[in-house]
Amino acid sequence: MTSALETAANPQDMKRIVIEPLTRVEGHGKVTLLQGKNRNIRQARLHITEFRGFEKFIQGRPYWELPVLVQRLCGICPVSHHLAAAKATDMIVGARQLTPTAEKVRRLMHYGQTMQSHALHFFHLCSPDLLFGYDDEVRHRNIVGVIEDSPELAKQGVLLRKYGQEVIRVTAGKRIHGTGAIPGGVNKSLSKDEVHYLQDDIAQMIGWAQGAVDLLKKVFFEHFEYHLAFASIESSMMSLVQEDGAFELYHGGLRANDKAGNTIFDHVDYRKYNDYIRESVKDWSYMKFPFISSLGEEKGWYRVGPLARVNNCDYFSTPLAEAERKEFMAIGKGLPVQSTMGYHWARLIELLHCTEAIAELLCDSDIVGNDLRTKGEMQSHGTGVIEAPRGTLFHHYEIDDQGIVEKASLIVSTTNNNQAMNESIRKVANQYLDGHRLSEALLNQVEVAIRAYDPCLSCATHAIGKMPMELNLVDNNGALVDRLEKRVDGQIKRTL
Amino acid sequence: MNDIQMQESQTQEAQPRDKLIVATAALCGCFGCHMSLLDIDERILELVDLVEFDRTPLTDIKTVGKCDIGLIEGGVANVDNVEVLREFRNNCDVLVALGACAVNGGVPTMRNQFDIKECLEEAYIHGIGVENPQVPNDVEIPLLLDKVHPIHEVVRVDYFLPGCPPGADTIWLFLTEVIAGNAVNFPYSLIHYD
Repeated sequence: MTSALETAANPQDMKRIVIEPLTRVEGHGKVTLLQGKNRNIRQARLHITEFRGFEKFIQGRPYWELPVLVQRLCGICPVSHHLAAAKATDMIVGARQLTPTAEKVRRLMHYGQTMQSHALHFFHLCSPDLLFGYDDEVRHRNIVGVIEDSPELAKQGVLLRKYGQEVIRVTAGKRIHGTGAIPGGVNKSLSKDEVHYLQDDIAQMIGWAQGAVDLLKKVFFEHFEYHLAFASIESSMMSLVQEDGAFELYHGGLRANDKAGNTIFDHVDYRKYNDYIRESVKDWSYMKFPFISSLGEEKGWYRVGPLARVNNCDYFSTPLAEAERKEFMAIGKGLPVQSTMGYHWARLIELLHCTEAIAELLCDSDIVGNDLRTKGEMQSHGTGVIEAPRGTLFHHYEIDDQGIVEKASLIVSTTNNNQAMNESIRKVANQYLDGHRLSEALLNQVEVAIRAYDPCLSCATHAIGKMPMELNLVDNNGALVDRLEKRVDGQIKRTL
Repeated sequence: MNDIQMQESQTQEAQPRDKLIVATAALCGCFGCHMSLLDIDERILELVDLVEFDRTPLTDIKTVGKCDIGLIEGGVANVDNVEVLREFRNNCDVLVALGACAVNGGVPTMRNQFDIKECLEEAYIHGIGVENPQVPNDVEIPLLLDKVHPIHEVVRVDYFLPGCPPGADTIWLFLTEVIAGNAVNFPYSLIHYD
């Protein structure tokens, strides 16, 4: 099934349909469709159309700037880049083991950010599709519609996100683009007042996060077969796990399982990621296509993020999330859950886990400790890998003897899902668009599939680029039959 | 060629004018300024009583209509950015450069010291672990400009809100004062930066 609709023969004969800009996702995106005879979809591509060039322009900068500089890749999950770069610079300054205070303050920051990012994605961006339906009126199908119809739910979402942002502010100095992590540790711990301030509301947050999981389950089971099938594809999955297989976001070994749940590799030292993963370039997107090198480009693509993490881990360390994981895994009947809409469910289980993990850390006296930083012998390179809200994030840097960056390589979370998102929109094209005259509501289903992955197109455009979404309809002979183009100005044009 | 236009009904409707209409766009930036806008937290419940949103990444409205206020995050790095920015200028009475990248280009202008070809080749040809090395060049990918520009080099700008990102309280004070028709005066605490 892979790539059956990737490239149409004779595209010049088809109708081109473009969905652009992708909305209610972070960053810029574009889908192009080619529609052939009888309105059959013959080509569907998700393009990244923006390029920024971080890998080049951070060359020549001192290594200690990296944690604050590269987080400007993304304003939605700056903490992920901040911490991945910090972990790489830990290696560079020879800090083999952080102090307990440094590691726990970083973890707290990371849980705060995963919490705010997941709350933002569900409540602000995706809940309108799930609550109102993909064909709801355009003017209503957004967070304002949620505020009007379900003000209490909207308020909970806003306050869950706010709490996560406040955890970041307390640990990193400010909510967006903070400065908490430094090579070898952190620049501050928490004051007792700050701990008490965060403790005041955490019980409420756990309750609301549990409520969000319950709501999602209700919605999911109301149309169970639809949610199982919509945009679903079978893929391998990759994530970090702890040594004993427990769910992990901050630090661990790499685990990849195939679509049946069998091990491809496990507990891999992430500093050797380059031996396991390669990235392919296609001329129609600025976003590269990573794959597991032992399986090759055709079969080696995989998924990352909440769905992969919840499937891959053996258990959650916190009780409420673990109970939810068991319920979630039950729908797979012994196999990994491949439902693309299952991403939403898995994401909210993680949200719940983060609130529980924050509550635990707030009772840990190490977070108010004073031993903030370690260092050792300088190294010429460093690699930092972390589970960002959207999936596994890789940073690798090489420096010269003056500490100046000579080489940088980044694989951002969303890039790992590039092939999977393309496969999912092709599935939607086959399931719902094939043979139809395309309407706004039908095209929104393409976006619903993409939104499930919570792509961060800002991150994904660290090269220089922008993510175009193009849906092309191509006939049996590969000829381009229809092409809807969603232009930057928002107009949808049939351009064939 | 078939040039049938798909009708998007939402762009045709007359909009009620009892609220000010606000549109936002992210050009070459990181979305952090939009996140800072959301950092007004529960005040968003008040904001939706004061304004109606037109095109923004938070709605599915894909074309910008006539608006009172347009907020632009990010600088200008490709031809699509130019097109969107001009569309906003044509439709918004008040256009605001929101944050460091819109105001002066920000971090993405660090690529201006390099040839654009070098940047592309670093990512797609010389990168570690790259297969099928080639620079993407499909017609669906907008042409890059050779340099990244602040938005005032392309269109007239009415207000500049600096910061990476501007704080939520700064954005909130700005919006509420402009909506009320007042001059905007910031206390020092809202315009000092790290």
